Amino acid sequence: MHKYASPKFFYVLAGQLVPWIATITIVLLLAGLYLGLFVAPSDYQQGESYRIMFVHVPAAWMSMFIYVLMAGAGAVALVWNIKLAEIFANSCAPIGASFTFLALATGSLWGKPMWGTWWAWDARLTSELILFFLYIGYMALQASIDDPRRAARAAAILALVGVVNIPVIHFSVEWWNTLHQPASLGKVGTPSIHPSMLAPLLLMAFAFKTFFAGTVLLRMRNEILERERHTTWVTEMLESKP
Amino acid sequence: MNWQEFFTMGGYGLYVWGSYGIAALILILNLYLPLRRRKVVRQRLREFLHLKEQTR
Repeated sequence: MHKYASPKFFYVLAGQLVPWIATITIVLLLAGLYLGLFVAPSDYQQGESYRIMFVHVPAAWMSMFIYVLMAGAGAVALVWNIKLAEIFANSCAPIGASFTFLALATGSLWGKPMWGTWWAWDARLTSELILFFLYIGYMALQASIDDPRRAARAAAILALVGVVNIPVIHFSVEWWNTLHQPASLGKVGTPSIHPSMLAPLLLMAFAFKTFFAGTVLLRMRNEILERERHTTWVTEMLESKP
Repeated sequence: MNWQEFFTMGGYGLYVWGSYGIAALILILNLYLPLRRRKVVRQRLREFLHLKEQTR
């Protein structure tokens, strides 16, 4: 376990994993785009506009998934003082913020033709906007403290407090009367969506997941290099691989 | 679906292609930014090593 948590070991392992993850992401993305744009039939209510779902829903899932991972890693870093967990949480924030932005932007582009408005102060939309501000707040707080370890601790506390927003986003369409439509995937075993539309949705969702895995590793490698710049392994590596 | 229909998306072309365009932009930025930072970090660390060797 300690071997895997050592920054040097992780740096090398991540570098070896990235090309494989990139390959899987490209395959999933191409398959998802093909099924979503060419194979899936048009929707009987929304016509072709529903195809926005194939980027909107995976982006919205990622926005919440990454936040939970970030807060979880923050908690691990706080309790066990594991440097790699801090680095992971920090690397999650900008990616999570970008997926939240994507969910909001594509939601707006879907809302205009379907609801007749770009934006409404509806429970689902507002709680997703709060999630975006939580990510921005995390990054701002983390950047405002010079000592990386103190910065990570302060940001982790902010992330943990913000976790209450996640169930609010998830259940907002049930708790309040919202403009937003209910979940695309209902309870397990009873999907409210046809398999020809479900397949591209799941492929795109997995593509976004593996994309996140790859790009978070790239960011973690950068932060490890910076934090470990005074160690001999970084010096030796830079001298041997110029 | 023919190509004409594909591009117009039944009149929703602007919204559908706008969404996919922003998604592509977000994915590209998420790749470009860490790769550029890697280049900058390695460059700066190498310069720092070089200075240390000269002052030794």
